[in-house]
Amino acid sequence: MKAVNTMRLVFPSRSVNEGFARSAVAAFAAQADPAMDELADLKTAVSEAVTNCIVHAYADRIGTVTLYAALYEEGTLRVTVTDKGCGMPDVAKAMEPLYTTGGPERAGLGFAVMTSFTDSLKVRSAPGRGTSVVMEKRLGRR
Amino acid sequence: MTQVTLRQEGKTLTALLSGEIDHHGAARLREEIDGRVAAASPAILVLDFSAVTFMDSAGIGLILGRHKLVSAMGGVVVVQKAPKDIRRTLSVAGIESKE
Ligand SMILES: Nc1ncnc2c1ncn2[C@@H]1O[C@H](COP(=O)(O)OP(=O)(O)OP(=O)(O)O)[C@@H](O)[C@H]1O
Ligand SMILES: [Mg+2]
Repeated sequence: MKAVNTMRLVFPSRSVNEGFARSAVAAFAAQADPAMDELADLKTAVSEAVTNCIVHAYADRIGTVTLYAALYEEGTLRVTVTDKGCGMPDVAKAMEPLYTTGGPERAGLGFAVMTSFTDSLKVRSAPGRGTSVVMEKRLGRR
Repeated sequence: MTQVTLRQEGKTLTALLSGEIDHHGAARLREEIDGRVAAASPAILVLDFSAVTFMDSAGIGLILGRHKLVSAMGGVVVVQKAPKDIRRTLSVAGIESKE
């Protein structure tokens, strides 16, 4: 599959960038003529992945978050969010609904939201090395 | 801008939320709501989402955290008037929004 357009964002893990990242992806996705609810779902899923880098991967420091987006001919958007933070020892466990290491103000539903709001979600992680979240969403299927 | 306006009528405290609720904005909402909850000990805390334009799981955490706080004081939390996009996110947590 060949991408018809791509973009890359690199930004520090400051919480103010949560809004920036999801808005930038939505603006990039606009060229695929997405439905309003597709765009809302995409923004929510991107927000979850980026927030996890800020809250968990770089819990006590500022690190670099890289977001890569690629749009394919038939309207599939693939978004990859990568950090070089703490990583996860057990990805399957971390992805279970309600699982959280984040304390009482976290619902532990970020991965559940990403799963239900995208068509495909893949997570790769290595403790001490970082995490990469790849999600795909088909756009413009009205 | 993420904002909350608090209004009290008798034992009901209503929090009118507006803007985008994410991890970045949720901390301030939490502080403002919890400050008033501590002072007023409401029987009902209404979280009104009618002016919320974006919400992710940080909003779910905000609701569950307030539920924990208010129910420990013998009160209840009511979620109301969430727009369609927000209701989709709420449904991941099995939370229903009243009309
Ligand atoms: N990028 C990451 N780096 C390291 N750990 C992560 C990362 N993303 C997720 N995790 C781990 O996976 C757990 C589950 O993540 P998930 O987003 O589902 O819930 P949460 O972030 O804890 O809470 P919520 O998203 O509901 O606020 C986190 O608590 C954390 O332990
Ligand atoms: Mg999360």
